[in-house]
Order: sequence, then structure tokens, then C-alpha cells
Amino acid sequence: MRLRSGVLAAGCLLLQALGVAIFLRGFFPLAVRARPRGGPRGESPPEPAPPGPGTVSNWTKIPPPLFKKVVIVLIDALRDDFVFGSKGKQFMPYTTQVIEKGTSYSFIAEAKPPTVTMPRIKALMTGSIPGFIDVVVNLNSPALLDDNLIWQAKTAGKRIIFYGDDTWVKLFPKHFVEYDGTTSFFVSDFTEVDDNVTRHLDRVLKREDWDLLILHYLGLDHIGHVTGPNSPLVGPKLREMDNILKKIHISLLSKEGEASLPSLLVVCGDHGMSETGSHGGSSEGEVHTPLLFISSAFEKRSGPLTQPELVQQTDLASTLAVGLGLPISRNSVGNLILPVVGGKTMREQLRFLHLNGFQLSRLLEENTPAYEKDPGYEQFKIAEKSHGNWIKLYLEGNNSEILMNLGKKVLKQYLEALKTLSSSLSKQVAQYDMYSMMVGTVIIMEVLLLLLLSVPKALSSRAEFEVPLSPSLFSLLFYLMCLVLCAVHVIVCTSAESLCYFCSMSWLTALGVMMLISALMCGILSAIGKILENSRLPVKNPVVSSSSWSEVDVLMLAGTIGHVLSLGASSFIEEEHQTWYFLINTLCLALCQELCRNHFLLKECDPQHGTSLKQNFDGIREASDCKNIDVPASGNSKLDKVASSAEFIKGSDKWLSLASPWIILICCRLLRSLNRTGVQWAHRPDFGHWLTSSEHKSELSFLAAVSLVMIFFLVQRRCSLVSKIAMALGLLGVYSYRAAIGNVVFPWQHDSKDISKGITEARFVFVFVLGIVFTGTKDLLKSQVISADSSVKSTGLWEVYSGLVLLAALLFRPHNLPVLVFCLLIQTMMTKYIWRPLKFDAAQITIMHYWFGQAFFYFQGNSNGIATVDVSAGFVGLESYVEIPAIFLTAFATYAGPLLWAIHLLCYLSSEVSRNAAAVGHGCFCYALMRSIPVAIYIVLVTGLRYHLFIWSVFSPKLLYEGVHVFITAAICLFFTAMDQNHSQKVQD
Amino acid sequence: MRDAEVRRLWAANLLCAASVVLTAVVPAFFLDGFTVLGTHLTWLCVCSVCVGTLNVILCLVLKPSLSPKRSSLGNKISRFLKCCIYFFMSCILFHAIIVLYGAPLIESVTETFLFAVLLSTFTTLQCLCMLGPNIQAWIRVFSKNGATSIWENSLQITTICSILGAWFGAFPIPLDWDRPWQVWPISCSLGATFGYMAGLIIAPLWIHWNRKQLTYKSR
Ligand SMILES: [Zn+2]
Ligand SMILES: [Zn+2]
Repeated sequence: MRLRSGVLAAGCLLLQALGVAIFLRGFFPLAVRARPRGGPRGESPPEPAPPGPGTVSNWTKIPPPLFKKVVIVLIDALRDDFVFGSKGKQFMPYTTQVIEKGTSYSFIAEAKPPTVTMPRIKALMTGSIPGFIDVVVNLNSPALLDDNLIWQAKTAGKRIIFYGDDTWVKLFPKHFVEYDGTTSFFVSDFTEVDDNVTRHLDRVLKREDWDLLILHYLGLDHIGHVTGPNSPLVGPKLREMDNILKKIHISLLSKEGEASLPSLLVVCGDHGMSETGSHGGSSEGEVHTPLLFISSAFEKRSGPLTQPELVQQTDLASTLAVGLGLPISRNSVGNLILPVVGGKTMREQLRFLHLNGFQLSRLLEENTPAYEKDPGYEQFKIAEKSHGNWIKLYLEGNNSEILMNLGKKVLKQYLEALKTLSSSLSKQVAQYDMYSMMVGTVIIMEVLLLLLLSVPKALSSRAEFEVPLSPSLFSLLFYLMCLVLCAVHVIVCTSAESLCYFCSMSWLTALGVMMLISALMCGILSAIGKILENSRLPVKNPVVSSSSWSEVDVLMLAGTIGHVLSLGASSFIEEEHQTWYFLINTLCLALCQELCRNHFLLKECDPQHGTSLKQNFDGIREASDCKNIDVPASGNSKLDKVASSAEFIKGSDKWLSLASPWIILICCRLLRSLNRTGVQWAHRPDFGHWLTSSEHKSELSFLAAVSLVMIFFLVQRRCSLVSKIAMALGLLGVYSYRAAIGNVVFPWQHDSKDISKGITEARFVFVFVLGIVFTGTKDLLKSQVISADSSVKSTGLWEVYSGLVLLAALLFRPHNLPVLVFCLLIQTMMTKYIWRPLKFDAAQITIMHYWFGQAFFYFQGNSNGIATVDVSAGFVGLESYVEIPAIFLTAFATYAGPLLWAIHLLCYLSSEVSRNAAAVGHGCFCYALMRSIPVAIYIVLVTGLRYHLFIWSVFSPKLLYEGVHVFITAAICLFFTAMDQNHSQKVQD
Repeated sequence: MRDAEVRRLWAANLLCAASVVLTAVVPAFFLDGFTVLGTHLTWLCVCSVCVGTLNVILCLVLKPSLSPKRSSLGNKISRFLKCCIYFFMSCILFHAIIVLYGAPLIESVTETFLFAVLLSTFTTLQCLCMLGPNIQAWIRVFSKNGATSIWENSLQITTICSILGAWFGAFPIPLDWDRPWQVWPISCSLGATFGYMAGLIIAPLWIHWNRKQLTYKSR
């Protein structure tokens, strides 16, 4: 079966996407330990029975609550130094006073990455560590199904009131007797989100009809996102929070009667913020949050203030459960924070610790087959036994002095055991489904090998590849491999103790995957066989292999390899944008050198030199002719290049051509300072932050307007008249959309403050986007069905491209519009002044496009962390969250850079078809290869580094980015192939 | 004749390499607290000046440019001025390229500029010494098969090695090791220096190994 290289590439990428999907499914297991709540083990354990007959403990029920009312004040993105540091002393005087002199306990709670709001709320309320994949489904937070504190409280008949971020309302639907959710949709809103919470406070504090009050303040997080942790806005916000805490605390104190139980005020943050004000990663500022317990039940602090102790964020759930007299959530891995219950009797304290330990050991039993050998479990059993002894002594009414000392010993044993248990449980969260991962990796590597082996054939001028499918399908090897793999599958799946995704698939699907693997293997083997057969032919041509490599080629090869290797180091992943900027800069300089040489060779080139070159190339051609091998396209173009330099463009064009690499370099430098991304230098001031700050709204408006006009001029030149008008109206719509949601201002209405969601404006633009894309598609279809005119086709392609540009203009934040302008500008200049005159071949052009696409991915402000995904793009033009369009829009906005460059590549290559008929096929193949090399190597690297310290914060987000990129590239390649198909049909007609 | 010339090349190159090493060691005796990493800017100045003077002296002594044309004093002065302008322009150009590569535009201008001066010393100054302010000759030397003497071959190799060294020197900057040599522009300037020294040593070796193939066209 003969396949064209485009088809081969698209097919390979689809298979690779399948492999990536299986790998990701194994790497990010979905909800490993989610078990339905309220199963048969609803009972709580009794106190450990004292040894020997006779004495029986009468404590079998869950202990009664320690606090009457609990108020949880969660301040989003509250970093530890905002309370305990100098900022706290300055702006939170009341809280500082309570910490230093009042009845309170203060801790630093460590949040596990990803430090994003929803997983952190889950961690706080369930005590478990949510899996990484929770971040991805952060967009639409469905109801929390795990056992959690809120559910327990509701079941126990507690009345819960909630005000704040509506993530809670989605996580705990119908759990609150009263609630008011605030959406965090408008990140630039600093006051209203908090006023929405505070306005209920006075009324609620007067009332008596609630047991648990939860307040989630978002303002600080918004300030952090927009202006960073050191902005002057943080101080007043902290002061506001301090006043609120004061109000709550005083009100709680005034309510406390002599007889009733005391109340508890908990102040915590869900996560901190980094030095740039964002969060999601694992820097010190992001993971350290303050945790304050304030209650009159505690003893007054005596002695000097010490540095707050470090606890885990998950500890809050167990502590609150004990405090409220509820069973501890089953999936909780947290430890009871002992000082909180320190005022109770020894017997009660031991009872609480036993409950906690029992729950942890239960969890361990359910998750590890060999739980009995776990040191934590053993420690717990020993502690339990001594606890029993202690109770025996207690019930016998022994001397209190000895009892106290003995009790302290048991306490210590319990604490040790709890610590070991929870650490071994926390480790288990990162359990990988190795079998699925291996299957995915095997598919990906096989596809990569196949692609690499088919390079020489696929890039030949015929751009065809012989796939020995039928002979290999009937070979004995194929059946043998299928059989062996199936046997392995059965063995692995029957012996595996843990959950395995690939085993849980239906056996028919599994069989299909096995057959796919063996077929790929047979294909690879036969390809290798063919290559060996060819190489046995005696004639070897050393000239082709060495001298036909120009500096640009060397750079491209070295750059690709270097980039792939750099993925093994976490800092290089964090700073991957630097790699790409560095590479495209070097590429521009190499292009400049190439242009200079072309230009000056014309003057300098002595005839002798020229002829010798020509002879050299003729020699190549002869040699390859006699070998009956297709002449490599690069050799051809080299020859053209030398020949073409004679009629090299003259006059001003020549100088423009020489200057264009420098202009591109300057553009890239400007873009680089527009959005600083990454980790190390992200806190440096950049132009984007300057623009988005509220004082520079008029500058931003001006820039946005100028950018939109520029976009129009750059894009319209190859569109039809209708599309031009549509484009102009669409860009106007973009501006009015941004004005409607308050990002930019109209010059004639400075003070109107009515911020809306801009639904109408956005939908207006969507209509034009669809219109332009539809016109383009119509042209494409027309060129395929009716006329053989290639100009219609290129207009059609360009219209599809300009439709996408319009969509990107709508989705990009206004300060990012220059990115789009520069993207179009660089593409125009490259096409006109560099690629056309230098006559690069399709493969080289594709690699350059890919590099620039990658660089633009970072230019638009993306990074390899999740915090930079602009989720707000998913809400453009939508009333509320709708899953499919939101995901599509967010993905488009995130990958707009690579996507626009890829479509531009298609536009360029299909206009080059006259020069090289197989250009589109070559381009598609190279694009697929460029994508599959990093993804395949990265997957192997990640598998090797899966116990690395930064696996969650650095490597996993990057893996997600890579995976999504593969899916997008597969779609692009399919589009390429569809375009290629039309052409080849036309040629045959 | 040829062997003698190769020997002279060896001597000149080793002298240059030794001078670079000495600039790292000797100033410590005169200046308090001098280290290459600690007082990097001083070292950059010292190294550029030393290598620059040495190059000029070698050029005057060895006269590799083979152009003993008698020229008037005025001509000489104009050539010298031209050289100075070219050198300064190359410093500016290198500075611009470094900024385009992402060096901060306003902060640490001194560091960037001194690094540009160092790079110019390693590359442009040599070219000026050997070829004079003659752009055509430069283009000839740096196009394929353009070298006409072992000196020009050596020039090619050291220039390319210095620039490659600086290029590779940028790699460790993003790593989060927090080492003193990761501060801008230390790793790059060290890379350039090591590249230059490597080039000085590689050039005669390369000429030695390829002496059969090297047939220079007479001019
Ligand atoms: Zn948050
Ligand atoms: Zn946030």
C-alpha cells in the first residue's frame, strides 16, 4: 500500500494521540481513592478495650463537640507573611495582637501543589490530597462526592451558612442553609467580591440559628493576580480583613455565655501567591499559608512569641471534625492538631488521637495490600495497646501523677504513629498506573520510529511511502507478537493489585491495541529491512551527506536535539521560553548571514568559484541519477539558490531583505518584554503588567486600537471584498467588546462605569468569525469541486486563516493584541523577503514555522505552569459556563500562536506548490515529526522522573501541555492532508 | 618556510592563551580582592586590554598580513582611525545583538557593554589586525574556502570558537543552581574566553592535521 507523506504523517499523529491519551490516563489516575461515602463502616470505633476481663470502657460513641459555633474565614491567596510578617504587623494590628497576646494558636499550613483554589478547598474540607487532574477539571467543578467535613456536618444536623466564592456552592450543592456565591469571573474586581460577603456579616452574627459559618474572601487573590503581592492595594485589603476578623471575634466573644460551649474562629488561606502574584506552582510563597485558631477555650499565650509551627493543610479537616464532634472524613490523610484540643483531659485527648489513628489505619488497609508491614500501622497498634493499658489504670482509679506521665507517653506514641501513617498515605497518592503508561509509551515510540525511518522516502520529491501492510499483516511474526502481547496482558491484569485503566478496558479494545502495537512493530521491522537492503548497494555518496548541509540546517538539527534534551531538566522546562527565544534569535542571525552571503556572493563570486559549485551539484545529481534515487529536495533548492542569486531582487527590496532579519529580531525583543513568563524572571516588571494596571487604561486603549487597525491592514490584502468588510466590522466588534467589559475605554465616554459581560458584542464578533471561515471553506470546496484554479484555493485558505486571526483578536487580552500584530508582521516579512528569495525547501520552512509557533506560544504570555492558562477566554460571549465551547475557546486562545503559524505554513506551502508539487506533503510530514520527537522523548523522561520532587509542579503541567499540543497538531495535520488531497486529485485529472 | 610559519602561529597562539590565563591570576597581586567571579567587570577590562594589546603587538611583530606596502604617515593614521571606528562599531553591534538575545536593556548596561568589548577583542580586533579595515577581505575570509594563509585559517577558527563559546555560555543561566557564575554576564564571558582559548589551540592542530588538503590560492 502506498501512502502519501501527508497521509502517513496524519495517521501517525492520530496513533500518537491515542498513545498519549493512554499514557496520560495512566499517569494521572482519576480519583484513585474516591469511595462512596456512608458505606457499611459508618460506625466510629470505641475506645481501645483495656486488657483483661472485667473492666469495660463506656466511651463508644463519637465524642461530643468541643465548640458551639465555628466560623471559618478563608482569605484567598493569603500568604503566611501577610499575617506573620511585617505586613501583618503593619496592616493587621488586631490579628497580630490576638496572635501575640490572645487566646489563639497559630500555624503555617503547607498547601500541596497544585496551589489552585478548587483542589485546595477540597484538601481543606476532605483532608485528602486531590490528584493533579483536579486542576484540569477545575473549570467545571462538579459536586464533591468524597466524604467531607461539610457533608458530615450537614448529616449531623448542623446548619451551615456560606458566603463567598461560588466554587463552594458547586462543590457542596444543597449543603448550606443559606448562601451567597460570588463568581470570581472579573479578576479586576477588587472590592465588590468582598463587599458581597461582608454585607451579610452583621445580620448573620446577630443570629443564633447557625453552627458553622464559612466566609471565602476573593479580593486579595484578585489584587495579587493583577498587581502582585507588593502592590499598595494589598495593605488596605489586609486592613479590611483585619477589621472583619475583629468584628467576628468580638461578636463571638460577646455571645459566649458561662454555661455554653466556647466558639472557634479559624482563619486560613487556600494558597499563597508567588512573587508575581499568581499561584499554582510550588514556590515557598505559594505553598505557605497561615492557619489561626482563635477561641476563648485556649489558654492565653505565656512567654515570648515563637515561630509558628509547620502543619499540613489537610490537618484542618480532622481537627475541625474533632472540634465539631463529627466523624473524621474517610479519605483524610491529616493529623489532628493537638494544641487545639490541648485544654481537654488526657482521656479525651487520647480518645481523639485514637479516632484519628484508627481512621488513618483504615485508609491504609484499603489502599495497601501489605498494610500490616507498614511502620506507621505497627506503631499505631502498639500505641493502641498501651492506650488500652492506660484506660485500665484509669478505670481502676490510679494515682493521677503516674497516670499523667503514662498518658503523655501514649500521646507521644500516637503522634509518632499518626505522622508515619499520614506520610505513607500521602506518598500513595502519587501511584502510577505503570501498565497503561508502558502501553502508551510503546505506541508513541513505535510511531516515532516509523516516522524517523520514513524520513528519506517521505521527503523525496514523490513524497510517497511504501507501507508494507499486507505482507506484514499475514506474517507469522505478527500473529506471534499478538499472541505474546495478549498473554502478557492477561498475566499483568490478573496479577495487578492496584487499579489499572488499561485492564479495565473491554477485552476487544485491548485486543485492538495489541494488534496495533504488533502491526506497527512489523512495519518498523520491514522498514529497517528495506533500508539495510538499500545500503548494501555499493555506491555511496558522501557528498550528499556532508556538504549539502548549510548553517541553517545544522542549526535546525542542533536546536531540535538541544531542545529535546533540555526537557530533562526542571529549570529548562520552567524557562522553556528562553530556549525558544534563543533559538529563533540564532535562526534570524543565521538567516541574516545567509542573506548577506547571497547578496555579496553576487558581487564577489568569481566565475571559477561559481562553476565549481555548479559542477559539485551536477556531480550530486549524476551520482544520484545513476543510483536511481530521488534527488533530495534540498540539493535541488541549493542549486536553484545559486542560480537565483544572479537575478536576486534589486534596489530597495534588496536592502529591505537584508534588514528584515533585524526587524524581526527587534520585534521578538519587544514581544519578549511584553510578557515575562517562566519562574525565575517572572517577577521582573514587564510591559504587559504596566499596561493592565488601572492607571494606564488610556494607553492600553490606544495600543489596542492601533493593533486592531494594524491587524486589519496586515490581514486584508489577500481577502475578498466581503471578507474585508466582515473583518473590519469584526475588529470593531472586538474593540467594543473590550470596552464593554471594561478593559479599554472609548475616547468619548470616559466615566461610564457600567461593566457588563459583553455578551452581545462578543457574539457579534463570533458571527463574523464564522462568516469569514465559512466564505473561506466555500472557496476551498469550490476550488476542489468546480475549478482547478489555485488562486481560489489560496484565497480560501487565507480567509480561513484571517477568520482565525479575528477569533484570536477577540480572545486575546487587549495588552496581547500586539503579539498578534507582530505575528502577522513577521509572517509577512518572512514570506516576502526571506523565504521567497532564499528558496528554502518545504522541510526547512516547516521547521522555521514550528519554531516561531513555539516562540509565539510563550510570547503571548503562556508558560509551562497551569497558572498562566487564561481561563477567562472560555467565557467570552457565554452567559455561564458551558463545557464544550469553553474548552474549545480556552484551548484556542492558549495555542493561538502555534496554530496561526501552522495555518500560515499551509497558506505559504500551498502557494509554493507550483515550485514543488509535494510541498504540502513535506510540510505536513515535517510538522508531525517536529511534534512527535519532543513528545516521545518527554514521555520517556517523565516516566523516568516520576518520583522527582518537582513532578507535580513542573513536569506534570508540561506533560499536559505536550499532550494537548499533540491533539491539536493531529487536527492540524488532518487539515493539511485534506488540502493536499485536493491538489493531488487535480494533478491526476 | 611553511613549517616555520606554523611554528610562529603556535608561538603566537600560545602567547595569547597564556596572556588570558595570566589576566586571571596576575591582577590578584596588585588589586585587593580580585577574583574573576567576584570582580568580574575588572577582569573583563583587564582581559580585553591585555589580549587587545598583545594582538596588536603580535601583529606588528609578525606581520602576518603580508602587505608590506610602503604607505604615508597620513594613510597610516587614517587606517588606524578607521580601525578604531570599526572596533567601536563592532562593540555597539555586539551589544545590540546581546540585547536582542534578551539581556536587559537598561539595567547592567556596563556588564553587557564590557562583555561586548570582550567579544569584539576576541573577534573584530583580530580581524582588524590581520586584515585591516577592509570589509571585502573580511567577507572573503569568512566565506567558504576563502582563507589564503594559515593565519586566516586560524582567524576563522578562533573567531567562530569565541562566538560559539559565548553562545553556549548562555545555557546555564536559566538553571536554578544559584551559583555565582550564573550571574549575567559571567557564564557568557567565560564561555567566550574558553572558546577563544580552545580556538587558539585547535587552530594550529587543525592546520597540522589538514596540511595535505590546505592548498592556498596565491592572491
Ligand atoms: Zn484561591
Ligand atoms: Zn487566584
